[in-house]
Amino acid sequence: MLNTVVCIKQVPDTTQVRIDPETNTLVREGIPAIINPFDMPAIAAAVQLKETHGGTCTALCMGPPQAVEALQKALSFGVDRAILLSDRALIGSDTLATSAALAAAVRGLAEEQRVDLVLCGKQTIDGDTAQVGPGIATRLGFSQITYVGNIESVDVEARRLRCRRLLEGAEEVVDAPLPALLTILKEAGEPRYASLPAVIKGLRTEIPVWGTADTGLDPSEVGLPGSPTQVRRIFAPPQRERGEMLTADDGNPDRAADLLLDRLLADGVFEE
Amino acid sequence: MGNREDKQKSIAEIARDACIGCEQCVGICPVDAISMDAEDIAVVDADACTGCRKCVEACPTSAITMSEGEPAEVAVPEPATEPAPAEAAAPPSEGPTPEVWVFVEHADGRPAAVSWELLGKGRQLAADLGGRVCSVLLGHQVDPLAKEAFAHGADTVYLMDDAVLAHYRTQPYLHGVVDLVQKYQPAIMLLGATTTGRDLAGAVATRLGTGLTADCTGLSIDPQTKLLEQTRPAYGGNIMATILCEKQRPQMATVRPRVMDMPTRDDSRGGEIVTEELALAEDAVLLRIVEYAREADTSAVRIEDANILVSGGRGLGGPDGFQMLAELANALGGAVSGSRAAVDQGWIEHPRQVGQTGKTVRPRLYIACGISGAIQHLVGMETSDVIVAINSDPNAPIFDLATYGIVGDVNEVVPALTRVVKTRLPGRGAPSE
Amino acid sequence: MSERGEKFEVIVVGAGPAGLSCAHLLAKEGVNVAVVERGDFPGSKNVMGGVLYTQPTAEIFPEFWKEAPLERHIVETQAWVLTERAAFKAAHRHEDFDQEPYNAFSVFRARFDKWMASKVREAGALIIPETVVESAIMEDGKVVGVHTGRPDGDLYADVVVAADGVNSLLAQKAGLREEIPPSEAALGVKEVIALPRESIEDRFNLTGDQGATIELYCDASWGMVGTAWIYTNRDSLSIGVGTLVSQLVERGIQPNDMLEHFKSHPMVAPLLEGGETREYLAHLIPEGGLHGMPKLSAHGMLVVGDAAMLVNSMHREGSNLAMTSGKLAAEAILRASQWGEFSAESLAYYDQLLRDTYIYKDLYKYRNMGRFFETHPEFFTLYPDFLNEAAREMLTVDGLPKRNKQRKIFWDAMRRRTPWRMAIDFFKAWRSIA
Repeated sequence: MLNTVVCIKQVPDTTQVRIDPETNTLVREGIPAIINPFDMPAIAAAVQLKETHGGTCTALCMGPPQAVEALQKALSFGVDRAILLSDRALIGSDTLATSAALAAAVRGLAEEQRVDLVLCGKQTIDGDTAQVGPGIATRLGFSQITYVGNIESVDVEARRLRCRRLLEGAEEVVDAPLPALLTILKEAGEPRYASLPAVIKGLRTEIPVWGTADTGLDPSEVGLPGSPTQVRRIFAPPQRERGEMLTADDGNPDRAADLLLDRLLADGVFEE
Repeated sequence: MGNREDKQKSIAEIARDACIGCEQCVGICPVDAISMDAEDIAVVDADACTGCRKCVEACPTSAITMSEGEPAEVAVPEPATEPAPAEAAAPPSEGPTPEVWVFVEHADGRPAAVSWELLGKGRQLAADLGGRVCSVLLGHQVDPLAKEAFAHGADTVYLMDDAVLAHYRTQPYLHGVVDLVQKYQPAIMLLGATTTGRDLAGAVATRLGTGLTADCTGLSIDPQTKLLEQTRPAYGGNIMATILCEKQRPQMATVRPRVMDMPTRDDSRGGEIVTEELALAEDAVLLRIVEYAREADTSAVRIEDANILVSGGRGLGGPDGFQMLAELANALGGAVSGSRAAVDQGWIEHPRQVGQTGKTVRPRLYIACGISGAIQHLVGMETSDVIVAINSDPNAPIFDLATYGIVGDVNEVVPALTRVVKTRLPGRGAPSE
Repeated sequence: MSERGEKFEVIVVGAGPAGLSCAHLLAKEGVNVAVVERGDFPGSKNVMGGVLYTQPTAEIFPEFWKEAPLERHIVETQAWVLTERAAFKAAHRHEDFDQEPYNAFSVFRARFDKWMASKVREAGALIIPETVVESAIMEDGKVVGVHTGRPDGDLYADVVVAADGVNSLLAQKAGLREEIPPSEAALGVKEVIALPRESIEDRFNLTGDQGATIELYCDASWGMVGTAWIYTNRDSLSIGVGTLVSQLVERGIQPNDMLEHFKSHPMVAPLLEGGETREYLAHLIPEGGLHGMPKLSAHGMLVVGDAAMLVNSMHREGSNLAMTSGKLAAEAILRASQWGEFSAESLAYYDQLLRDTYIYKDLYKYRNMGRFFETHPEFFTLYPDFLNEAAREMLTVDGLPKRNKQRKIFWDAMRRRTPWRMAIDFFKAWRSIA
């Protein structure tokens, strides 16, 4: 038996976000909200663990009330249970405060039933920080294993697991005791395409909403009061000066190539 | 719609277009008059709003304005608490000389270059603070790295040498770094935004209860408040945000490799080594490393080390296009990389991907062939010294970034360039891979 | 898992205005209804010009204007006849249109439909997104459910409502209709152009949440059978051109070029100046009118909205026909379920209800219009020119007596088209729309 909690986030599909160069504002009209794509392998791994070792698999999401949609989807992928962590007091949380809230929710779940593993995506596509996973692990005192490409084995009896971590220029296999927090890479795979009955079951599930009171959180630990960082200013990325166009009038590629090489030699690009 | 009875009350109004959904206003509103709608855009409850203007000041995009109220009303409770410099009078004490710390990342005795790049930036920050820049070096038998740290600009090296620290593991490194920080109270701590740097930074910041900003592309000191201004891309690189950590110390940030300039090495420099003991024994460490293999041993490519990159995107039309790029790269003595589109199509393998979800590169020459220049790609290569763009679409955004641009069919221009390079630079054909 | 998929009383395929209206009324009556939508969320695939009429909407969502996401209420409607360098304009504004319940609103379909879907969900229907319906399940010639693209993807129902839009694969595969021919489909291309509120209010003479619409004819669609429109949103304009696909093909014009031609017209460009294109959308509009209307009911199936080709191309009403047809389908289903009888005959009550409404009557009235204008291009080129030239002549002060001007207008026109031909043209035109 292995009880797993998978933390997911609902995010705007940033690949569809664009900036209005005139007004320097984000155009978010009609941008769909999706499950953070980096969380999908974590969901897949959580469901896989449940199928292999038995036990339960709970999805946890912190966000506004409409984030239930992300949890309904997680249910359709085979997660047993979903909890939405949503409270006005959580609004404005930075990564430190977010990890406080999620860790408190995991503790809440652990009161009902032992939690062996917490799985997260490697980072979110809107924040791109990769900080919340380590934050949760540190707060809970769990073994912290980031950038997991594959969960090699879990020994439920001995309460240890082995994971393959994929790092820059290196790979390592680590062996650690449970409970552990893992951040999962896309090498771990994607959830299976959900069957229609699973989708319908997800849509019909009443998803409990937990607030700070339910998790025993002190409101000063979360939201703006619990966030040491503040956004001071937001602006459009600086535009570079448009470079020199070397296209030959007659469209002759050899002449353009010659011109380019002249410039590159003059710039000293090939000097040692 | 319609009813405009309370004309005299000045209330907050949100420009929906400008709202980025950061929720700062929601958190700061003292009367809970602001909430997020189904599209994650802030909305004001006109009845509850007291017109206190707190949200107007908090909004990072100036998306909030006050509606027109009666002049008399506006004149009365105007809170004149502009962020006056006087307010920043009491930053937490940081000891007599403020210190900027840079974590030295290494594996198998080999340092990560980003540790030295950050020393260069750290020196500037320390100068602006009137303090010094220090390296934090944990490991086993790593004395040579301390010398390198001095050569790259460190004034002091905090050293913890212990067999437990021989190979990076979160728990002992967390333990050691936290002990050092608590003892010496640095103002700022910088780490590389690498797998190891991020793994450690998130844990350290949480243990210390301080702020951490990931993937900074700009770091500077506000001359008035002496706070660290941390600038980073957000929303997949679509906007930039400047972030402060006002009350907690140290102010922590991670920076991607090759974003900051590598400082000039000076082997004659020396400095002070402060040695501390790690207060954690091996049997207290829970995690064991069973296997470790460097990719260098498995002869994988490292596009981030190449001086010249020839990079291809969707415009190449297929895997054959990459054969053509390989010829140009060979002639130039460079390596081949690709955009996410090309990797998704399976034309080139993922370790060669440049961009947001791939690698950040900073070669001396980056030749983008058939890459339109989505922002997610640009953030991975924009700091290259010289950028050449070859694309058939004259309106492709890549041309806005390029040093030189050629509008044309990549299938004609690239072979032409290969011919010209082979003719004029026959000696360069030493491939770097 | 059961052998057969779950059974609902009604499955509505497509979460557009027609499908959601039908599902809402059924769910409110306690019917067990599922809405299957292929998009990420209801509304994500939906496109319309941008004006929503109050009356048909309020029949389904009473007093919707108090909570739905709307842009502006329309107080003024203009019609412009364009030639290359001129415009003949007519406008109407009424104080009544500036008061509740208002006559019409500009809206963004995606946002409005998302709101409608939330109401439908509240009423008790199950909305299943991101699921493609591939075909109907037929048993003994009766429609008994749908096959979806998901694993274990069959669903069963007493009645399937095809609200899957202009191409309606469902109605096609159930044998109720054919693929839409190019002469009965129009292509609408639309842009949303962001402009500051103040500019919009200045340019269209509006205050507060007042809105205006302009319908533009003739050179607006480059002389092709079609129309163009400009609607005011809060801080953007919805503009677009719709024209028959067959004409685009015949003249080799790209839809985008048609929109650019319209945007650069000297009478149009100043209204758009300084605006930033925020969205570009294209969508097929069924223009078959009464002739194109398919069979609307079969055993276990009803066809509503665009799927049923219910668009009044003369007045460019589509969404309200869709909603009304959805409502009538719901009424027919409720009656059928009282009888426990979902045969073709029982559900044909829907056809009967449609015949008694403005929908059928309007479509009947304009039944020959499409074909007429398609074969009489002079209404999009020659006659607008007459109109604008006549106006110009009368308004130019150049010392000529007005009587002489009238004579000149008359003889100029006569040279280009004989009075006999003109009389026939207008008689036929009147017949086609009277």
